[in-house]
Order: sequence, then structure tokens, then C-alpha cells
Amino acid sequence: MRAALSAAQNGVDVAVVSKVYPVRSHSNAAQGGINAALTDRGDKWEDHAFDTIKGSDYLADQDAVEVMAQEAGAEVIGMEHMGAAFNRDENGRLGVRNFGGQRDARTFFIADFTGQALLHVLHEQVLKLGVRVYEEWFVTTLVMDEGRCTGAVAMDMRTGELHYMRAKAVIMASGGLGRVFEPSTNALICTGDGIAQAYQAGAGVMDMEMVQYHPTTLKNNGALMSEAARGDGAYLLNSEGERFMERYAPNMMELASRDVVSRAEQTEINEGRSIDGCVLLDARHLGEKFIDERLGQIRQLGIDFAGKDLAIEPVPIRPGMHYIMGGIKANVDGRTNISGLYAAGETACVSVHGGNRLGANSLLDTLVFGRRSGVHASEWVKSQPASTGDASVEGAENARLQAILDRKDGELFGPVRTALGKTMDKHLAVYRDQAGMEAARADLVELRKRFEGVVVHDKGRVFNTNLIFTLELGFMLDCAETIIAGALERKESRGAHTRTDIPDRNDAEWLKHIVVTKGPEGQDTPNIEYVPVTITQWEPQERKY
Amino acid sequence: MDVALNVRRYDPEADRPESYYQEFALEVDETTTVLDGLIKVREEVDGTLALRCSCRSAICGSCAMKVNGKGVLGCTTKFIDVMGPEGAAVTVEPAGNMGLIKDLVVEFDMHWDKIKAVEPWLKPSGPVPEAEYLTSDKEMLHLAGVMGCIQSGVCTSECTVLEIDENFLGPAALAKAYRFVADPRDDADVDRLGQLNRYGGIWDCTRCMKCVESCPKDVDPMGRIMAMRELAMVAGYTDNNGASHATAFYDIVKRNGLLNEFWLTLRTFGMFNIPEMLKLAPIGIKAFFRGKMPPITFDKIPEPKSVTRIFEKVEGRNK
Repeated sequence: MRAALSAAQNGVDVAVVSKVYPVRSHSNAAQGGINAALTDRGDKWEDHAFDTIKGSDYLADQDAVEVMAQEAGAEVIGMEHMGAAFNRDENGRLGVRNFGGQRDARTFFIADFTGQALLHVLHEQVLKLGVRVYEEWFVTTLVMDEGRCTGAVAMDMRTGELHYMRAKAVIMASGGLGRVFEPSTNALICTGDGIAQAYQAGAGVMDMEMVQYHPTTLKNNGALMSEAARGDGAYLLNSEGERFMERYAPNMMELASRDVVSRAEQTEINEGRSIDGCVLLDARHLGEKFIDERLGQIRQLGIDFAGKDLAIEPVPIRPGMHYIMGGIKANVDGRTNISGLYAAGETACVSVHGGNRLGANSLLDTLVFGRRSGVHASEWVKSQPASTGDASVEGAENARLQAILDRKDGELFGPVRTALGKTMDKHLAVYRDQAGMEAARADLVELRKRFEGVVVHDKGRVFNTNLIFTLELGFMLDCAETIIAGALERKESRGAHTRTDIPDRNDAEWLKHIVVTKGPEGQDTPNIEYVPVTITQWEPQERKY
Repeated sequence: MDVALNVRRYDPEADRPESYYQEFALEVDETTTVLDGLIKVREEVDGTLALRCSCRSAICGSCAMKVNGKGVLGCTTKFIDVMGPEGAAVTVEPAGNMGLIKDLVVEFDMHWDKIKAVEPWLKPSGPVPEAEYLTSDKEMLHLAGVMGCIQSGVCTSECTVLEIDENFLGPAALAKAYRFVADPRDDADVDRLGQLNRYGGIWDCTRCMKCVESCPKDVDPMGRIMAMRELAMVAGYTDNNGASHATAFYDIVKRNGLLNEFWLTLRTFGMFNIPEMLKLAPIGIKAFFRGKMPPITFDKIPEPKSVTRIFEKVEGRNK
């Protein structure tokens, strides 16, 4: 929606296509806040950039991080002007809280539902400008014509009809792929559709091996307990009641960056200092009033899904899959290697997060690069001829879908999806090794075979979620392929990619991005290329918190 | 634990589309939610079951439904809390007040149309400041209480006024309107209140409390509607039945120490409002014959002045 707003303001005809009502999107789940170094209160964008780069384990492209850090203040203030009710300090100015991996407090927030508040504010602006929204339209494929992206085929879920949506440019802003893992903090809609569609269309996907496990998720259903809890002072305890982060990150303690904290927790759990596979998040000392005002949502989540009240008892938590740092390779203007195709947000990889994203940088990424891709795509289309592309794609897609509907016997998508998720969570989690990743690759071959035989019970067309979930499973299998390929390729440990068999970072050989592209027809493995990391002013150092 | 999940189904593409109930047997534990159960059904048992859901943690607002007749979010409703006496099935039906598309999927258009009708975007006036607007954390926290609305439509489903009057803006849209009326940065509150003062607006709520009880995020839509009634009257929008009713109620109690419903009705509509009086006549006659007619006499408590003094004291403090 941020991209659509800037494109609309730039005077082009733009529409949002979304498989859910826009306010249902997963940006809702960003709880803790949004980072920005506001220079009028003594913070420096360079400090924000450095924290981000150090957090990324030096895999982020520093020129891109500089753009994000420089534009952060304007985006946050812009959202405030549109109506976001950010927390205030005693002078009535925007208040901040601490967040992981950062030396200064620069996280602006609305209680613990910052993403929800910002998403709804953007939706208000979309309504104000009258931007057309195709609500509950599910994109089945991008349309390519002579190497150029000329739009997409989408299904109007209410009727089941397919439509070729011709466009001079497509901005892919379809979010992450969390459901490739089981469990995950991600919503059920996070199935990597955009990443897979771009990959199938020939786009390069980058840093896919970098999968973030969030340190504080509930065991039961994978629900997220915001980093804001630790930002506001909560402790992590092991089964012996010890604040174990002392041994792993003596300076930053619980507020070390996420990969560091998740590894520490996993080590505690693996070495037996856990309670039922969990460590404890303890916020009792913050007091009930403070918790209600700033952490009310996660207090309720703890009560609802773990049966524990954060205000009166520690809540069992563990690392859980949360975010994909990688995505469709895009530059700071959102451009990909495909003419007419742009990408922004979690779907894209600019790369500002590198090997590990800092908390409260994801909302910022979506806004800064959403705005920029909207501006650049709308400028670019002004010089482009009308989209060509042949309406016969509608018929071809229809036939493909009908063939899936016509299958008579077989298993449902559900068990295949669960098996995929469990394999990924077993072999591509906090700690990885060669044998495990190879096992995942072998499992994926089997799962693809099973997918070919998946049956769709619902033979109708109206709101056929059964068909949609089946198509999403196909996208997830593609995403998994790129994650496994990238992970097997990177023969070092960096950021979220930690190999027990190769525990050290190796800047001499691996200070570079891995870009995965789809292999030619008939080749089962994807193609791999390397792209150098852009270093501007921060030479890689040993990373300590 | 074993539980029977009784789901209301509807397939618009069936030869003769009609609603029916289908039972699924599930095994659940203390933490299993109704949504978990429905997801299990559609992923492993019957793929044709259609419902909206996404985040599973009460933030996306997708899974409004009726469980045992009550509007809820499926993701926060645990079986253990709704299973009731042993063997009783848990019944799941689509959200109310909205048209049916398929199974548990309803047409949300009505909900969104009402949201759009309140022009839900900030309308500041004057030049935009270079930095943020200055305001207090207290004011922002108060707003956050309303911005916590996730547009789940549970209140839209449960609203008893929407059930009979589709012109009513409804609790969700009115709460959204309040979010701007109460925003110190918004300078259109008087206009907004003027709009909301019309038919279908703040005065059409019957205060049945359903939206307050059912809201999964404690947004308190009815409380916001009541707050806007006060603000509208302060802004001078007193020329309507709702405002005259509130004023008359206040005056009568202040003067007599108790309420006289006969005079309340007369004063609400205006004593010489003949057409309205004629409309009320049949109700009056029925009430009279059933012995429900309020007395026409001016009843007072023994010491009405003491009540008047309480009112005056509170009025003084509010100034």
C-alpha cells in the first residue's frame, strides 16, 4: 500500500491486488516498533546504519542500508502526520524504546501493535486517495512477454474467474514465506507466492539461506512474543533461573541481535537447561500497569496460548521461524533483473538485512523501499509503451487449474505442507549441518512427487480455498528449493546461517551474496551465482554483543 | 478429549444451494482453539470447508464466526471453554448480519462500506509541522485503545440494530469515527459530529451492549458512541430526538429526583409535535389497557431539592 500511495501521488493509474483484505496482511504482526535515527534529537543515521550492518553480520549492502537509515526519519514522521498514534515522551514528542542489536533507543512504537496501527493508517490513506483495491484476488502467475513482465493472472476468489491484469509494471510486495516452516510465527497467508512467482519468471532470489529464528515464540502455536518485552526490560532465564545471556553477550545481554539470542537459547535447550524444550521470558519486575500499557497484546497472547500471564509468571518461549532476510533481488529503487518487475518489503532482498535482520527494521524496510519502488516504477512506466501480452494466458492458466481440479484420488495438501514445514524446521533451523541440509534436499524431491498427486476436494470455483492452498503449496516448494540451495552453497557460518560443521565466518571466501535462479527446463537443480557485498565505510569486524 | 464440531455449511454452486449442518469428530486438548479444529478439518479431512483465517493470534481480524450462537474470533476461542456439558457438540456458524458467500465466508462489503462512509482518514488543518505533532502520551494511549480495532466484524455480526436497520452505521464504523473525533490532530471533529448526528448515526444505538461484550480487542464501541453523543451536544448538535431525550431526562431527574416517562416522551419529541404524538398514540393506548401507562402527574421524591443540589455540585465541578 505504501508503494501504491506513492505511485498514485505520482499520477499513474495504480491498483492494489491482494489475496486478503489489505488490513488482514501480515504487517499486522510487527509488534514492537519501527527504527529511525531522528537527527533533531541527537541520533545519527550512521549509528543506525552501523547497528544494522553489524546485525547483518556484514552481509548487508552498505549503500542500501545507508539509504534506509537516511530516509527512516521522514517515513516515521510521515506516518505520524497521516495519523499513527505513536507513544510520546513527557514533552509530547515521539517516545522511543530499546530494541535488540542497537546501542541507542531509536524504536518508535504504538504499544505492542505498531504494525497493525501503521497498516490501518496506510489503508486509510488508500481509501482517501481512492486507490483501486482488488480485494481477495489471488495471483496465480506473472505474465512474461519477451523477457518483460506485462502483468499477472489473478483469480477473483468470490467468483473463481481468472483475469489477465495487464500492467506496464508490477511491484511485488507480497510478504514472506514463513509457512514453509512448521512451526512459524507467520500467518497462514505467508506462503512466499511473490518470491516463487518471480523465481519462476526468471528473477534472481538472493540471501535465501538467511532465515531468521525469533528468540521469543510460544511453543504451542509458534505465536510471537514481541522483542519489545526484552526492549522494555524483560529477562531470559534458563531452567536454573540463570540469566544465561550473561555468558553469550555480556554487554547487550537479552538485547543482543536475534541470531545471537536464538543460538544462546538453543544451546541452553540442547544442553538440558530447559523446561519442556523452552526457556523463560520473565517480565514480572516491570509491573502490571507498565505491561498493560506497553505490552498488553502479548500479555493476552501468553494467557490465551500458553496459559501464562506475563505480569505474574514467566512465560515459556523458544526460538521459532520468523522472517526471511532473502527474497527477490532488487536494487534500492525496487528494480529486479526483469524489466517491469519491482519488489519491496519482505518479498524483496535489497539487501538491507544481510544475514540477520534487526528487530523493528522490517516495517521500516517495507515503508522506505515501498515508497521508493512506487516512485521509480511510476516514473519508469511513463516512458513505456502500453503493455503487450496476449490474453490467451487466461485460458492457459484456466486449463492448468482445471487439470488440478480434475484429479480424482490422492491426498490433501495439508499433510504435504506439514511434512515440508517439519523438514525445514528440523534441518534449516538455528543450527544446520551438511548432512541435515542434504536430507532436506532429498525430502524435497519426495515432497514434489507427492505434490503432483495432491487432490482438491472442492470442485467448484466460488471461494475455493482448497484450490488456493494447493497452489500456495506449489509456491512454498519453490521457496524451499531456493532456501536449501542457498544454504548448501554457503560453506561458512554467518548471521542466521550457523553450521555446526563449519562454525566460523569466512570473509575471505564468503563475504558475498548467493543468488539463486531457476535452472533451464529439464535441469533439477537451480543455478547459483555470486554477487559481491557492497562495503562503503564499515569494514567487517568480529561481532560481539 | 473428543469433541463433535457441528459446522454450518453452504455451497452456492450446489444444484439446490441450501444451508445444512455437518458434524466432524475431533480430538482436542486444553489449548486447542475452534480455529485449530476448523483448520485441521480443511487440511486433512474435508478440503471443501471454506473459511477466512490467517494470523491465528487475534491481530489480522479474519476469523469472525459464531460459536454456539455467539460472535467470536475462532482463534481465541478454546474448545474447553465452549464444549459445555459432556457430549454436547460445538456449533460453528458464519458471522451474522452479513450475506453468505460460502460456508463460513460472509460478504464483508457492508462492513467496509460503513467504514468508508465515516471518511476514515486524518483531516488536520493548517500547515503540516516539520517534525511530529506535539501531543500527550495520555491522548495517544487513549487513541491506541480504539486503533486496536482489527476490523474483525464481530461487532457488526452481533449488533442488534444492524439486524433490523441496515442504514445504521454500526459499532465498528462509529468506533472508527471516534478515533478521529478524539484525535487532537484532527480538525474536522465538528463536521464529523454533524454527520454522525444524522439518521443512522450515534443516536441510533440502542445500548444493548452486544458490541462491548463481543469485541475481541476491548475497543468498547458503545462507550465511544456514548462519548460522541456528549461531544455532539457540546458542539451544539441538540436539535434531534436523541439529544432532546438526554436533555429532558437530565432536567426531569434534576428537578424531581425521579424520572417521569410520560413527560420524558413529550419533551423528547416536543409537546406540540402533533404528527409524532399521533404516531405514539397507538402505543399509548395499548400501554394504558395493559396497565403500563406512566402516570401523567408530576411525581417527586420527598426532598427533590437535595437531588438538585447534587446535580449543581457536579455541574460546578465539571466547569
